[in-house]
Amino acid sequence: MPKDLDINIHHLTRVEGHGNIVVRASDGQVEKCVLEIVETPRVFESMIEGLSWRDTALLTCRICGICSVGHTTASIRATDDAFGLTLTPEALALRKLMLLAEEMQSHVLHVYFLAAPDGFDAPSVIPLAASHPEVVKRALRLKKLGNIICETVAGRHVHPISMIPGGFTYVPPREKLLAIKEYIESLDADIDATVETIASMKDKFPDFQREREDLSLTRDDEYAFYDGDLKSSKAGVIDPHDYEQFIHEKCVEHSTSKHAYNVEDSLAVGALARFNNNYEKLNARGKAAAEAIGLTAPCYNPYANNFAQTVEIVHFYDEAVRLINELLEMDLSEATLTPNVTPKAGRGVALVEAPRGLLVHDYTYDENGICTKANCVIPTGMNLGNIDRDMQKYVPEVIERRSQDEIAHDLEMLVRAYDPCISCSVHLLKVEWV
Amino acid sequence: MADKPKISFHDFTSCEGCQLQVLNCEDELLDILGAVEITQFREAIDEKSDTYDIAFIEGAFTRESDRARLEHIRQCAKVVVALGACACTGGLNVLKNYRGVEESMKKVYGDKANWYETSWALPIEAAIKVDYKIHGCPIPQEEFLEVVKSLLAGRTPRIPDYPVCVECKLRENVCLYHKGEYCMGVIARAGCNAWCPSYGGRCYACRGLISDPNDGAAKDVLEEFGLTIEEVMAEFRLFNGAFDVAEPPCEEAAVERK
Repeated sequence: MPKDLDINIHHLTRVEGHGNIVVRASDGQVEKCVLEIVETPRVFESMIEGLSWRDTALLTCRICGICSVGHTTASIRATDDAFGLTLTPEALALRKLMLLAEEMQSHVLHVYFLAAPDGFDAPSVIPLAASHPEVVKRALRLKKLGNIICETVAGRHVHPISMIPGGFTYVPPREKLLAIKEYIESLDADIDATVETIASMKDKFPDFQREREDLSLTRDDEYAFYDGDLKSSKAGVIDPHDYEQFIHEKCVEHSTSKHAYNVEDSLAVGALARFNNNYEKLNARGKAAAEAIGLTAPCYNPYANNFAQTVEIVHFYDEAVRLINELLEMDLSEATLTPNVTPKAGRGVALVEAPRGLLVHDYTYDENGICTKANCVIPTGMNLGNIDRDMQKYVPEVIERRSQDEIAHDLEMLVRAYDPCISCSVHLLKVEWV
Repeated sequence: MADKPKISFHDFTSCEGCQLQVLNCEDELLDILGAVEITQFREAIDEKSDTYDIAFIEGAFTRESDRARLEHIRQCAKVVVALGACACTGGLNVLKNYRGVEESMKKVYGDKANWYETSWALPIEAAIKVDYKIHGCPIPQEEFLEVVKSLLAGRTPRIPDYPVCVECKLRENVCLYHKGEYCMGVIARAGCNAWCPSYGGRCYACRGLISDPNDGAAKDVLEEFGLTIEEVMAEFRLFNGAFDVAEPPCEEAAVERK
């Protein structure tokens, strides 16, 4: 029987930022199906102009509290690039550890606190604390790892203090690095238990497929997250400085965040895009986790982003253990960490894999190191077009057999699977008008 | 047994990092959940109820259409707590006031700027009365816990009103001025345990200023250090640009410091 739908989910919960899902259908025909982004415009690229190189990361890390280290990393790497700064192996290892810590913490927060309640049919993590206390306590232990690492290295996770272009303003004491080693090694069983818990919810997520273009960094020698070339699953691999060849943006009226497109009219970034593009580079434990969950590349079910995040938690965990052991063998001192920075005029570009996907910071400085032009391209912004296209394919497929409430719930889970970071996404610059 | 106090979290223009700081209290989180009932926390839970005793509001007031939502929260709550720099001082958002609201929108959205609503970035006190403030960008977890415990116990939370220099000295940090750097710690509100200077960063007064700052002397100190007048004012505008000390661009973009 042809059906009418009128779904209006105002201020979607368990996501970062403000979005509404709006679906209208009459006689079985979908008339409107979009994710409205109603976050206030935040215009960071305008605020950054006129700031000194010392303060560009201070400002742009505050684009997002959850991916603050990702923004800081992209920002200081863009400034490194503009000034021609090179890092010592010690500074590079510490930066990578910071970013790994954030990737793991953000994924744990999303998988356990935001997505898992759907797997347990609970409205939030709070009732889970009573019904499944061991799962919630494990989640808190895992989440704390990111905070311990970031506090030790940079003072805190939300808006890290000591990370600057060229290196660090602070030398983490050896006994605190040893404490990280002890803590991270105590989590080994929790990592395996995470895979089990998440694999057990597999049938809670719809089996839906839509082929898409995956965009991520790529490297020959590791599962790229800190740097690398830019890979599109449909258009090949290019130098990161040429990112504008693959990432085009447009304004749409229903969103204060711009949408992105390349080969077709949407593209995807994030854990699943990285997994699809770089599966071969996962470490042995990461690949084993993928096998245990039944995730194979390429996977075109957007709900599986939750599983790709779980695989990455496992992969990044082993990488972080390796890195902390390497750091303990290194000479961490002011001589190896504290940089001497001389500003120079020019443009710098950095692409980083933030937890939610590819992140671009692109700055131009004058000879005094004052920022004269900036462009930040945010992962969630890049995914928004893809979310709309997924919803527009999904709703007609199920409109006859699922109720309005079920469809609304499926769509909430779909948007949540992308782990959107909406307050992040509302200040993209550089528009290609279409 | 009496009902547990109901608390809620609300967000306006911000990075939501201060709500994350709340979730980052991993060791205390389950105890907090045992002592209170959370009736709204959109970032983390589905439940939405307008019944709450204590409302924590994160984010700056940056568009007129948010005024009604703020007033509604004020009506529902017995106690309103501003959570973090964006809510307390407007935070970094205020920088856009100095760049020009319309110019900023045009720069980012081009000829589509009029599709989206925005206005001056201000602290939430510009719209509603605030009972307590948890300062900082981000908030220190200890201060959040102190405020929650105090309000549950019915006492007034202890929020420091002395400069960051006091805490920095107690931590025996080398003064940044001695290291050839500058710093706002002389007039910035303490309570962060000199967070940034302890990790090699300068203080930029993200917790606002003490209630009776000698800002004239502080500006002189920065000038003597070698900053131009523009650079000195930029330092005040970074986190305190809605207040007189930073000379806001117009009357609509200024609020009284309370």
